[in-house]
Order: sequence, then structure tokens, then C-alpha cells
Amino acid sequence: MERFSFIFLVAGIGFFVLAFVVSAWIPMLPVKDLQIATVAELASRVPIEFIELREEYPEAFQKAFGDVSDEEALAEALRIGHRAYIAEACWHCHSQQVRHWGNDEARFGRVSYPEEYHHELGMPPLWGTRRVGPDLAREGGLQSNDWHVAHFWRPTDVVPDSVMPEYPWFFEPDGVTPNRTGLSIIAYIQWLGSWNHQVEVNIENLPAIDAMYESPVQHPPAPARPQPTAEEDYDDYGGENY
Amino acid sequence: MSESSAASSSPPSTQGASLPAELPLVNPALVKWHIVAGIVWFTIALLAGLFYSMQLLQHWPLPKWAVLSPGRIRLIHTNLIAFGFLANAFWAMLYWCVPRLTGQRVLSDVLGWVILWAWNLIILLTYVGLHLGQAQAVEWGETPVWVDPLVVVGAILIWLQFYPPIVRTKEKALYVSLWYFSAGMIWLGLTYIMGNFLPEYFVAGNAAGPLLGLYIHDLVGLFVTPMGWGMMYFFVPILLRRPIWSHALSLVGFWGLAFFYPLQGVHHFLGSPIPMFAQYSAVVSTIAIEIVVTTVVINFFMTHRGSGVSIGSNMALRWFWLGALNYFITCFQCAFQVTLTFQQVIHFTDWVVGHAHLVMFGVFSFWILGMIQHLWPKLTGRQWWSTRLNEWHFWLTAVGLGGMFLTLTAAGLVQGFMMMGLSPWIDIVRASVPFWLTRTITGLAIIAGHGCLIWNMVATVYSARTVKHVDMDYEPYEQYIEEPAGV
Repeated sequence: MERFSFIFLVAGIGFFVLAFVVSAWIPMLPVKDLQIATVAELASRVPIEFIELREEYPEAFQKAFGDVSDEEALAEALRIGHRAYIAEACWHCHSQQVRHWGNDEARFGRVSYPEEYHHELGMPPLWGTRRVGPDLAREGGLQSNDWHVAHFWRPTDVVPDSVMPEYPWFFEPDGVTPNRTGLSIIAYIQWLGSWNHQVEVNIENLPAIDAMYESPVQHPPAPARPQPTAEEDYDDYGGENY
Repeated sequence: MSESSAASSSPPSTQGASLPAELPLVNPALVKWHIVAGIVWFTIALLAGLFYSMQLLQHWPLPKWAVLSPGRIRLIHTNLIAFGFLANAFWAMLYWCVPRLTGQRVLSDVLGWVILWAWNLIILLTYVGLHLGQAQAVEWGETPVWVDPLVVVGAILIWLQFYPPIVRTKEKALYVSLWYFSAGMIWLGLTYIMGNFLPEYFVAGNAAGPLLGLYIHDLVGLFVTPMGWGMMYFFVPILLRRPIWSHALSLVGFWGLAFFYPLQGVHHFLGSPIPMFAQYSAVVSTIAIEIVVTTVVINFFMTHRGSGVSIGSNMALRWFWLGALNYFITCFQCAFQVTLTFQQVIHFTDWVVGHAHLVMFGVFSFWILGMIQHLWPKLTGRQWWSTRLNEWHFWLTAVGLGGMFLTLTAAGLVQGFMMMGLSPWIDIVRASVPFWLTRTITGLAIIAGHGCLIWNMVATVYSARTVKHVDMDYEPYEQYIEEPAGV
């Protein structure tokens, strides 16, 4: 146990490989058959916010992405936005995982599940380890594009006590129009949490929305209501209005 | 216990080894320049930390340019500490310790200079790359993807340099420090390859997440920690002039670390979509290693027993002692904060930031600063220019770091309970500001202390008070291989 070869082979290589098998390889098995979605696949479903972005900033949009379909423009925007999100270390102050405890679910929505991270932008996943700002895993659509534009320019204009940095380099020199990076990062954030809804979520599918949301506070079942017996006057219980 | 184990727990004598007469065992220039490079990166990293803390107070001190974006400065802060400061200092330490422990020179002095320049070029490229926004989304490994292969080359050069003397040594049983160095060097390469390449190119999402956790954890646990403990097992007996208290406990400590440490990576993502069996295994392993850690800490403090006065008089020992105390606090904290009960509250808060500072600064950087205290006079051939500046450095850093740890820990509890309690998010930020202000002030104290160190190091070089005799080969050994009376 004090010889080089034993230490090198057993501790240096052996235990490391053992740990890799236990902590990395076995946890991979449940998801080994999941396809890694390409960015193009992710962009095949264009969020409404992205279309609004194109309509709000037609010239900047044209300059940034050229004459392409919405899907191709979104794919490009996701790549650039994701790149900027990493470069500016957004992921060191905003997590992208909703845990199944700590009331995360009540604040941020549905608990994260493995399938939603299996895409090219999840290599590696941007789970993060610190929340100076809120979690962004379900951020898409929570704020308007205008809110994001103003917020990236000067966060304190929107949230006075915010400690988020300003990002003037996301804008054209006019200080009003987001540039290619600015449009892209807004597109990326407005896309977060939207691509792998397991049910079609829209206003006509309320039961599906209901089923997605499970209250973190479990109420005890309501006590059984006393049923009027035949002898009792039906009106004692408020009649039909009961 | 100490008498029976004294012989085997002493670093081996090098006197029997045959050496080329013309070459000293250690090349002090390589030690010196790695320390200097480390201190330069350390300075930039400390300033980056200060600036970033000011962003959280809404006072960004730098121009609002993309290259100086606060987020990028934050990445520079952590990466320069890990690869610029700690790694450079550890290479210096290896150049000093390995030849003395093995009686063999490192492979090549030329290779040594190549490594010095290559390693620091890698750090420079990382630094520039992070400024230019080319970070990789691997925490503590944000090194741009095009620099990653160079880091692996750097690790291979380190193997080429330091494995030959360990393999060639005539000693049948290696001393404790060499166990840690032998394993730590290979672990660095394996960890880096695993963390920076697999999740970037091969696996996604839930399969990549555990690798990120393993990388963060192993970089600290399988590189920084073994190097740090190897360093302690070398310098503490030399400075105290007595052998390590228990050889058996050092064996338990090393093999416990080697077995349990790599199994814990997933505990950085508790509550994530990673399967719960993996999360539970990481929790159990983390609690298990605290038992092992306790044996190492007991061994350290029992070696110190009866010589508390040396902490007052010897600056290096004082740094080592405080670092070991912080190590105990850190690890004690680990055993609790890794439980799911604690995780609900403290994950995603400044508690974790405080913990990270206590580990990387309060333990390993303190030990390195202690090593610099011990080595700088030997390397420059000059006595420290000012002992008073050394005292200022110690107390400003120790109080600053201690205060930073306490304020961040308290902030973490406040933030955690407010997050759980569904307070409006901006209220959590507002509640954090007083803690963040305290943190910036403690950071200023640390930077002031660092200024004292730099001033003193430079002044020492130009000082006239020379050290009488620096023997690069045997000098420390002869003083303690013969056991002092009463041990």
C-alpha cells in the first residue's frame, strides 16, 4: 500500500474508474435511449414571442438573421443566445432546474424532468449552482419582449433594486434596438421551458394545464357533508342553494 | 504509537542516494518562478472577486464594456484561483518536495522551464478567452474549449516531469506525501478529460449533469486536496522537527480519500433530475468521508501537540495550523450541508459561496501562503524584509476570510429561508445587500493583506539581510530525522 505501482493503479486509476461507473455511467443508463434533439428540432416549434420579436424589430431582425423562415431564424438565434448566456455567465446567477423541494414548484412551475434537457443546448446542461436571480427553466413567455429589452439595457429601470449587470453591448448604438446578440438572447430566454411540454398547453386545454400543476400545499380532503334524511326538511340545508 | 511508527512515518533520508555531484537536487529557480507566477494570477483573481462583489452592490467599478462584463470577471475569479494560483503554487511545491522525498532529480530542468511557460500560457489564453466571451459551460472549468486540449498536454508534461523521480526512487515504501502526489497528478488529468470533454461533445442533459458535478468535486477533492495534504505531511514534520503522529492514520486518511472522494460528485446537484439513487449514494459517501477526514485532522493536530507556542513564533506553522482548523470546519460543514434537509434551504444561496471560499482560500491558499512564508527566504537567500508586514498579512487575511465566511453563511440562511418562504424575489436581493456589503469589506481586508505580502516579497528580494546558509539538498532533514528528545 505504500508502493508507487499499487497507489497509482488502485487509487489513481481503479478508484477513479469505479467512481465514474457508480456516479456517472449508471445514472446515464435511464436516459441512454433518449435522442439528443438538434437545435433545428428545438426550433421547429416557434414560440409566439419570437414572432413578436420579428414584428417589433423588423429591420434589426432582418439584419441579424437574413431572409429565412422563422424556424431557421430561431435555430440561429438559439445558438447565438445560448452562446451569450454562457459567455456572460448568466448561468452563475440564474439556475435552470426546478427542484422537487424547497417550494421551487410553487415559485417556478413544474419540476424539471430529464427529457427536457436532452438536446444540443443541454451539452452540458446549464443547471447552475446559485440563484442570485430567479430560476429561468420556465422563463419563456413570463415577461414580454419589451420587458426584456428594457431589462437588458438597464435592469434597475425595471426592477429598481436589481443587482443584474447592464448589457449595453446587446444593443445597436441607438441604445433602443437590440442587436443580433440582444435579439438572440431574448429569443433564447423566451424559448426556455417551451420546447418539450408533454401536453399541448393552450387555453382550450385547461384540464391539461391543471394536470401539470400540482399544488405544493396538500389540503386534507373535505369532510363529508351530512346528507339530509328523508325526515328532515330539505330547506334546513338551504334548499337548492346548498 | 509515535515511537513505533516514527521510522516509517518520517520522510526517507536522502543521504544514501547517489547524486550527480555537480547538480543540486532541487532547482530553486523553478520553485521561485512558479510561486511568482502564482502570486501574479492570485492578485488578478482577488481583484476580480472584489469587482464582482461590487456589482452586487450596484457599484460596478469598471467601464461597461463587453470584455469587462461582470459575469466574465466572475469566471476569471474562479478559474485564475484554481489553475493560475493553486496549480502554479503546487507545481512549485512539487519541485521542492519530490526530489527531496525521492532523492532523485525531476526529469529535466529544460522541461521545467517549458512547463513554466506552457502552463502560464494556458492560463493567459484562458484569461483572454474568458474576457472575449468564449467560456465553456463547465463550472470551475470555463476554460475555452480550444484551450482544453492544451490543459491536458500541460497535465501530461507534469506527469513526465514528476513521475520519473517517484518511480526511480530507491526507497521501497513511499512517504505519505508521495502517495498523495502520485495519485493527485493522474487524477488531475483524468478529471479534466472527464469534465471538459464528455459533457461537451458526447452526452447531454441528464447524462452530462453528473459529470459536471464530478468535475467540480474532483478538481477540489482529487487535485487540490491531495496536493495540499501531501504538502502538509512534508512541511509540518520538518518545521516541528518531529515525525507525523501516526503512520496508521495517514494510511486511513489517504485510502479513505481515494475511495470515498470520487464517489461524491453528484451531491453538487441534489434535487436535480439526476436519478435519486445516484443522489443518495453521493450523500452517503460524503458523510462517510467525514470520518476519514477526522482521522487526518486528528493526525495533524496530534503531531502539533505540545508545541502550540510554535504557532506564535513560526508564521508558516501558523498558516498551516489555521488552514487545518478551517479544513476541519469545512468538512464538518460538509457532512451536514449534504443532507437533503439542509439542501432544501442552502442550495442556490451564498452559504455555498461561503463554503467554497473557506475551502479554496481558508484551507489550501492558507497552506500555500504558509509554504511561501517558509520558502521565500530560502529561494531568495534573504531574510524576510519585515516580520511586521507578515503579521499584518496574516491577520488581515485571516480576519477577512473568517468574516467573509461568516457573513456569506448567514446570508445563505436568510436567502434560503426566504426562497422557501416564497418571499418576492427582489426582497431576497434586498435582504442580501447588508451581507454583500460586509463581504466586500472583508474582501478589501484580504486584498490589503495581499498587498502586504507582495510588498514584503519584493522588499525581501532587494533586502541586504542575507540568509547565512541555504543548502538545497539536505538542509531540513538532518535537523529532524534524529528524533528530538521527548518525542
